[in-house]
Amino acid sequence: MKPRSAAIVGALALALSTAPAAAKTFRYAFQGDLNALDPYTLNETFTLGAIGNVMEGLTKRDKDLKIIPGLAERWEVIDPLTWRFHLRKGVKFHNGEDFTADDVLFSLARMRSPGSEIKSRAPADMKAVRIDDHTVDFILTSPNPILHAEWDTWYILSRKWAEANGATQAQAPSAVSLSPFALKANGTGPFEVVSHQPGVKTVFRPNPSWWGKVEHNLTEVIFQTIKSDSTRVAALLAGNIDMMDPVPVQDIDRVKSSPGTRALTGPELRTIFLNMDSFRGELLYSNIKGKNPFKDPRVRKAVYQAIDIDAIHTKIMRGMSANSALLISPLLFARASEFKRWPFDPAAAQKLLIEAGYPSGFEVEMDCPNDRYVNDEAICQAVVQMLARIGIKVKLNSMPKAKYFEKAGVAKKYDSSFNLLGWTPGSFDSWNVIENIIGCRNADGAGGLFNYGGYCNPKIKDLNKMILVETDAAKRNALIAEAFRINHDEAGVIPLHQQALVWGVSNKVDIVQRADNQILFYWVKMQ
Amino acid sequence: MLAFTIRRLFEALVVMLTVALLAFVLFRYVGDPVSQMVGQDTSLEDRTRLRLELGLDDPVYIQFARFVGNAVRFDFGISYQVKQPVTRLIAERMPATIELALAAALFAVALGIPMGVYTGIHRDSWLSKLFLTVSLIGISLPTFLIGILLIYIFAVWLNVLPSFGRGDTIPIGFWRTGLLTASGLKALVLPAITLGLFQMTLVTRLVRSEMLEVLRTDYIKFARARGLPERAINFGHALRNTLVPVITVIGLQLGSIIAFAIITETVFQWPGMGLMFIQAVQHADIPVMAAYLLLVAFLFVLINFIVDLIYVRIDPRIRILRRGA
Amino acid sequence: MSDIANKVRGASPSQPPPSHRGQGTGWSSHIATILDSDLFYSFWRSKLVVAAAILTALLVGAALLAPLIAPHDPYDLKSLDLVNADMPPAWNSRGDRRFLLGTDDQGRDILSTILYGTRSSLLIGIASVLLAVAIGVTLGLWAGYAGGRADSFIMRIADVQLTFPAILTALLIDGVALAIFKSYRMEGGKFWILVISIGLAYWVQYARTVRSVTLVERNKEYVEAARLIGLSPLKIMFQHILPNVLSPVLVIATINLALAIITEATLSFLGVGLPPTEPSLGTMIQVGNKYLFSGSWWMVAFPGLMLALLALAVNLLGDWLRDALNPKLR
Repeated sequence: MKPRSAAIVGALALALSTAPAAAKTFRYAFQGDLNALDPYTLNETFTLGAIGNVMEGLTKRDKDLKIIPGLAERWEVIDPLTWRFHLRKGVKFHNGEDFTADDVLFSLARMRSPGSEIKSRAPADMKAVRIDDHTVDFILTSPNPILHAEWDTWYILSRKWAEANGATQAQAPSAVSLSPFALKANGTGPFEVVSHQPGVKTVFRPNPSWWGKVEHNLTEVIFQTIKSDSTRVAALLAGNIDMMDPVPVQDIDRVKSSPGTRALTGPELRTIFLNMDSFRGELLYSNIKGKNPFKDPRVRKAVYQAIDIDAIHTKIMRGMSANSALLISPLLFARASEFKRWPFDPAAAQKLLIEAGYPSGFEVEMDCPNDRYVNDEAICQAVVQMLARIGIKVKLNSMPKAKYFEKAGVAKKYDSSFNLLGWTPGSFDSWNVIENIIGCRNADGAGGLFNYGGYCNPKIKDLNKMILVETDAAKRNALIAEAFRINHDEAGVIPLHQQALVWGVSNKVDIVQRADNQILFYWVKMQ
Repeated sequence: MLAFTIRRLFEALVVMLTVALLAFVLFRYVGDPVSQMVGQDTSLEDRTRLRLELGLDDPVYIQFARFVGNAVRFDFGISYQVKQPVTRLIAERMPATIELALAAALFAVALGIPMGVYTGIHRDSWLSKLFLTVSLIGISLPTFLIGILLIYIFAVWLNVLPSFGRGDTIPIGFWRTGLLTASGLKALVLPAITLGLFQMTLVTRLVRSEMLEVLRTDYIKFARARGLPERAINFGHALRNTLVPVITVIGLQLGSIIAFAIITETVFQWPGMGLMFIQAVQHADIPVMAAYLLLVAFLFVLINFIVDLIYVRIDPRIRILRRGA
Repeated sequence: MSDIANKVRGASPSQPPPSHRGQGTGWSSHIATILDSDLFYSFWRSKLVVAAAILTALLVGAALLAPLIAPHDPYDLKSLDLVNADMPPAWNSRGDRRFLLGTDDQGRDILSTILYGTRSSLLIGIASVLLAVAIGVTLGLWAGYAGGRADSFIMRIADVQLTFPAILTALLIDGVALAIFKSYRMEGGKFWILVISIGLAYWVQYARTVRSVTLVERNKEYVEAARLIGLSPLKIMFQHILPNVLSPVLVIATINLALAIITEATLSFLGVGLPPTEPSLGTMIQVGNKYLFSGSWWMVAFPGLMLALLALAVNLLGDWLRDALNPKLR
């Protein structure tokens, strides 16, 4: 099947890139599973990252998350409604087929098939036109400055392979049939899948005929899930694995001080925040009847100012968080530095409560996941004790994430008065945050699916409509800042911090930690 | 005997159906599978469609009928999380759990019986008291803590045993065994001890109390009077008499070993059924939970059935009582 | 294990059947028999048992008096300060005199939290054991006495029960309770969920034991006699047979008390324990477990030690009780 020339070139590339002698196996572990390898089934960072070693999009992102050419060599915006992509020539899939424009068109159709979870990668009314084997035009109905922002994780599949394997439709998360990707995968990427045992172990090996410049020196990669935090730390310390993610914040010092390992830390893009139910007329699970204290911006601001974010930063997050005044990481919004948190000031908070007519506070329940975010339950406990000091008596319900997202989320119609949530905008853009987190929604979630408190200011919604279509960066940022300003002033949703990324790495390993937390081993070098 | 067997088989079927029904009635309280399956950007319409496709909005009895209908054909559906047939998942995970359970039982017996015999014979010696007290630690600390401590000592500190996983496995037919490779055997040690410690304590104490009783029977006194050596009496006569109840108990305990394996497998990331089950619970993966429960129910019913058969064979009194009832 | 131990015991019951002087005397005569027995003699004979008893009394006493003797109130959220979190014991150079055994990740005094936590752990343990005993003894008596279909039926229920691990029972009951009560608001909601989950997980053992003893007892003459004079089956079961099954039940109960406390810790490990703002011994161990590698050993060591001591003492008492109540061993 594989043309001989390609095999020779591949062998040559392999001979040049790696020392012939030592086998270098990179073993890494993550707290979650790698399930089916269908790249359109699950829109989740870790899965997309792992598959990103095997498959590639038209664009890629470099070590600093800058968009760089991937399977497209270059692209141009011919007019605001037409983007032309020039495809890389001579690229082959792992099974030896050539990569052409057909595969792009096929992948677009598959990405839009009913089961796909990544339909938001491109506007639904965008058309793709094949110009020749290596040129594709994308025709829009309205300008979109961030059209290709998420195309690095819209991986291009081989049409022929998909047809041969019955994989022409994206498999829905609910599919009741076996995924063609359950045990194998085919892509153009620097690595190929040798074997895949979901929830247990996945083995990769380098793709000898990859088109790019090889920057790793690996001969094999083994991924394993290790769910228990302590076990994961122990496995790294014992040298059973070379890299793991995440390191529990309390164990960072241990990983750092151990002679064979180090901790790689960096800012993460996920923001953690608190939602208060300002949607219902009467607050649930409270001693206040007939009205809802959280509807009053003064009460929400009192909650905000009662939170000693520095104590959370030093004691619970052990310095591994960046206090945030915004619902988006400062790395993703140019004007973030203009925002400052409302200061921690219990006296002012007390005064606000008195002004709002709750001099002796009130009672409420808080829902909190205990297996989702870094130290989520500990953060909630800290918030509860801080609010106790201004008289708001909070009863904490902490629960596993499967129950949490059901109770606090749309499935039970946001059956929660006060809760903690985290969010990373998939597009790395503020529009996504404003839409999902502070967009006005109805009781069934239409409008802002993850607006768990139901906070609503119609002005924000209007601004976001303009943000979506504004192509001038400066004007767009001004609109975004205005929307965030409104939330800040009204304390609609209270931002806490951005978590930090913490990887535990063996000293034998040289690895690139990207801020989106994708683990890409095509940049790994081992001693 | 035949009638007894047929009746028990029928009862077994009823037990399994009841387990499945209970499971189904209660599953909707475990969490929302849809929010665990999809990514954050999935639209509201897609979520609703998913619920429909999964049949989650159907009445419970329809969901249950569908499940039973498929289960009789050994079709437990596709795992929500892993996208593989549940039957295959279980076939893949079962060897790991069974090997671990057997190793744990072996550990419990190999250590528990000698300790039980010793403490039974030397009832008041200090060593006996030490054995009994130390063996109590096995049931005084939570399994997860014991597991982490063992990992800390033997993997991190002494660096002699692996901290997690199953090592290399070799397929024999559909069965992937870790018993034939060095790394597989090394990986088995810590989880087996963690899981077996509780059972070891149980066996020690059971053998001890049986020994204490047997040693006082006329039968042993007679053997002593005949001038048989002490060793022959203790091991040839006394221990043999304690073995039937011990074997029965271990049989019954195999079931609870599998239940306890949930924790041990979680701590050691042992790729068995317990780990699969706990992951299924956390993700509200209903097909996997249902199949696991049915399988465990089957195992319990089977073990109980065998134990009852043994009872009937060794203790005619029970047979009479049953007939009288 | 108890099954067999008691099968053996059942064949020759530990206490002679109470003489049949009339209704209501079964109990008192039985208690008298216990008091007359060598129980107290054997108690004082073993120094280890006396030590265990004193230890148990001390630990339980300290736990019950927690609000009086604890230096802090760890459940009072207003008094907590995150600034005090993660402090080593007072004798350490980084320690603080106010916190003898150090503090946990939220700034709670470990000593006080252990005292309060032991109290809730003991309460959960005792309540769930009582629940398991109540269910198990009732069903066991019924199964053994009625025999036939009822027996098969109850034993099959037991099979069903055994299939559900405590963790799943806890999750399910948690969900059902939430659906019914709409809220955890009712004080101690979580507490009862745990008690029911653990109680349900362990009743089978009692039922099987009681059933096997009852199977033997019900054919004895005194039961026949009671039946002949027309006593109702309920009276026969609870007044005449029950006293005879009490000693094995007591033995299992003491051992299961420790097991119940540990199960609560395990449930907490799996994320369905008591509310984190009111930690039990189990919750403390679970939280401390996370800090084992980071050097904050005191968070897990002290509660772990307390739990081990408690379990040890209770188990030693249980052992002694078992041996003392077994006439063949005297």
